[in-house]
Amino acid sequence: MIRKLLSLSLLTLLSTSAFAGGYRVAMQGNKQLAMGHTGVAVISNGAESLFFNPAASVYSENKFDISGGVSYLVADTKFQNKTYGWENETRNPGTPFYLYGSYKATDWMTVGLAVYSPYGSKVEWDKDWQGSHLVNNIDLKAIYFQPTVAIKVSKHFSFGGGPIFVNGGVTFNKNLSRSMTDEQGNRTNVTVEAKNVTAWGWTAGYLVNVDDHLRLGLNYRSKIIMNETSGKSKFENVPRFGQSIFKDGTIKAEMPLPAELTVGASYTWNKWLFAFDYNRSFWTAYKALTIDFVDNPAIGTSVNPRNYKDSSTYRLGVQYTMNEQLTLRAGWYYDESPVQKGYFAPETPRNDSRAYTGGLSYKFKNGIGIDLSFSYLHFSDTNSSYDYYMEDGHNVSFGGTYKSAVTSGGIGVSYSF
Amino acid sequence: MKKRYLLLLPAIAVLASCEPSIKDEIDSSTYSAGEANFSSYVAVGNSLTSGFMDGTVFKSGQKNSFPNILAGQFKIVGGGEFTQPSYEDDVNDVGGLLFTGAPNEGFPSKLIVNMQPGADGQPLGPQNINKPVTIEASKQQKKAYHNAGVPGAKTFHLIAPGYGSLAGLTQGTANPYFVRTATSDNTTVLADAMSLKPTFFTNWIGANDVLSYATSGGEGVDQNKAGGLNPAVYGSNDITHAGVFKQVYEGITTTLTSQGAKGVVATIPDVTAIPFFTTVPYNPLSPQVIGVDNIDQLNVFVGMLKQILTAAGEGSRLELFSKTKANPLLIQDKTLKDMGPVLVQAIKGLVASGKFPLPVTDAEIAFIGATYGQARHATAKDLMLLTSKSQIGLPVKTGNAAMDSFLKKGVTVPIEDKFVLNPVEQANIKEATVTFNTIIKATAASKGLAVADMNDILNKAVAGLRVEDGQIYTADYFKGMGNLNTVMFSLDGVHLNARGYAFIASEILKTINKHYKANIPLVNPAVYPGPTLVVGNK
Repeated sequence: MIRKLLSLSLLTLLSTSAFAGGYRVAMQGNKQLAMGHTGVAVISNGAESLFFNPAASVYSENKFDISGGVSYLVADTKFQNKTYGWENETRNPGTPFYLYGSYKATDWMTVGLAVYSPYGSKVEWDKDWQGSHLVNNIDLKAIYFQPTVAIKVSKHFSFGGGPIFVNGGVTFNKNLSRSMTDEQGNRTNVTVEAKNVTAWGWTAGYLVNVDDHLRLGLNYRSKIIMNETSGKSKFENVPRFGQSIFKDGTIKAEMPLPAELTVGASYTWNKWLFAFDYNRSFWTAYKALTIDFVDNPAIGTSVNPRNYKDSSTYRLGVQYTMNEQLTLRAGWYYDESPVQKGYFAPETPRNDSRAYTGGLSYKFKNGIGIDLSFSYLHFSDTNSSYDYYMEDGHNVSFGGTYKSAVTSGGIGVSYSF
Repeated sequence: MKKRYLLLLPAIAVLASCEPSIKDEIDSSTYSAGEANFSSYVAVGNSLTSGFMDGTVFKSGQKNSFPNILAGQFKIVGGGEFTQPSYEDDVNDVGGLLFTGAPNEGFPSKLIVNMQPGADGQPLGPQNINKPVTIEASKQQKKAYHNAGVPGAKTFHLIAPGYGSLAGLTQGTANPYFVRTATSDNTTVLADAMSLKPTFFTNWIGANDVLSYATSGGEGVDQNKAGGLNPAVYGSNDITHAGVFKQVYEGITTTLTSQGAKGVVATIPDVTAIPFFTTVPYNPLSPQVIGVDNIDQLNVFVGMLKQILTAAGEGSRLELFSKTKANPLLIQDKTLKDMGPVLVQAIKGLVASGKFPLPVTDAEIAFIGATYGQARHATAKDLMLLTSKSQIGLPVKTGNAAMDSFLKKGVTVPIEDKFVLNPVEQANIKEATVTFNTIIKATAASKGLAVADMNDILNKAVAGLRVEDGQIYTADYFKGMGNLNTVMFSLDGVHLNARGYAFIASEILKTINKHYKANIPLVNPAVYPGPTLVVGNK
């Protein structure tokens, strides 16, 4: 019955084929990342399941599972526009991290706490670069705190989930227009800041152990709207004539952290484990970046259309257990961009990407395991533009050829007892 | 031992991070000069070439002259050094000119927009910036510059010896801007330009041959009608005779190309594409502006004049004020028959019979005759000059309190002919513009030169011209916040601003790319500054 249900939901999802990208950073476990960030149907040797599928955590053989880790990533983007001979590039580091702890309270119930950073985007272009009217720099972070409970119904079926508390913030700077400067010729710009914005969401999932080899899993993480009502706007280099219009003050803004549904399967065969995950990210929630300059009626509400579409990610992973100590992993995924034609804003200069991942775990005699991962995301060249910048009543386009790459290396520690 | 190496893995991954490279990445082979050679680029022309904007040449404005912008792009494809006349003495960055230390009303400081609200709550608007002018006309640099644009120059001035003579300044035969740079008293603009051995040139000359007539409101002589063939005796506001224009233009072109230089010539824009002539409407007088309650009284006066004129067959010159729709300006039209004597005689008759509504003296009757003799209401066919705007509503004093209470320029007293281009003047301008542009294009064709058809381009901008990034630029005057980011014309209404010159440069680049099979990147006008907005001007 359940199998039927699951396969049905799988089909529906696959048939509504469309296009993760955006500001999602999929690095929530070095073991899993090494396998193409699969894991919805994997019972891992650690507490990573709390993120990938809480339902799986109940099948751990250990009383306590603790995992923590961090990735260091470098995102490079090159930009050029041949019409005007523009060239630019930006290199931005990031350090997504995770900390998971699960405790097997009874044979049929496991409780846990997960802390992780699934969304983040840091892009810093040269100040006053050609696209500075859209963005000079952005730094977006969201940290998820997620207590979970997982219940084992039988050796075949478990479910789990829990609430999510999010603490996030964003700092965003852009020039006010394509030409405005102060009397000394410094470009007028605005920084919008939202700090310690909090919100609630939830996650839930189930796991089906079809037999000793095959597992199927589903996990859903709800949409969370980060709603800021007391953010700050700060204007810099405002010419005298504009000082009555462009005053520092309070802003209201909303930013969605979209829902994500993952279904997948894993198959164990001797020392091998194969995993396949399908993610659907409901980016449609991101319609526009709307900032309401509450204290500046002359500016009013700034609406910057984004019109993201839902997008899919296809993940493949493989694991080989060499011996008690060493486990090797490799993976691949294809990540479709949620950005539609004409909405390619340089604050998230990503398009469709292919990722190649690998890594290993080494377990010491004292029970401490070290998890290593690396990943390389390759984005194809894209001739893209953002066509909805409004200037004197007309939409103006900004674009060119973008090319990005993201490389990461991660290290984690796992301990079970 | 082995285990420790494993820890290096993430570090290796980061170090190995392959930088992305774009397939068709811009490199030294992407752009090319094609058949052109930009090693010595010289720009010949008038104010439009010099970087004149907001009514003058000032230091920061000159940096955005279209030839300087062009030269920046030429550098990408092998362009050489490009020099412009020194404005280091413009310490306040306000332009203008001093003549032996004294300010001159013909060469004031640059225009700015004073955003301080006036009595009506609206910003005070364009004003000359209130900072001292420090540029001395007689300070001679005696150096040939790649930007050889001389504000005010007509075609024949480029080959006129003495145009840069300091002594000629007082006699009115020299141009202060050329005096500052001329290498000798007897040199010419063209000779100094040629001394730089141009390999490439732009020549945008000829506009003043017709535009100075237009900006004077048609006060000069149309030498095509007068048959004047000696430019040495032309007045400054005359239209150059087409024959003179042709001969001089061809001569300049022959000289510029004599050492094998290639180049671009530009055409002359129609007055209807220049905001100086298109911004002030002929009928800006709403009933509210006039005062609805005053209209009946005013119509008694206007009606009486109209009646007298009607009797003489000229009644259509005037119309009664409307209480419901916008009213036209009252203007002077020197092409009309002077009805002054008729008016004087008729009014005297009315006064004698006690029918005139006001007590008037003979002197005042004479004033009315002189004032309304060639007066008429403007029509959609008239072009009001930008300078007419400040005339509208100015009080006129005769000493007769009853009359003075309602005498206002443009409402009850005609605005002088020099503030209007009437259809006759427009026809003269049109004819000269068409003829000159035909000569420019034919001369270019005979030498295989590229033509930047600025007339065509600016005519298209009247309705709006869409550029590469989708923005639409228009030939409008500054309208306030509505076109702050897109206005191309400077506050003088005739010349472009920095953004507009970038627009011109981009259009010229397109012409060069096409004609000389070059591939030079364009410039984006959007990032160049528009008008200077200030709060207070003291």
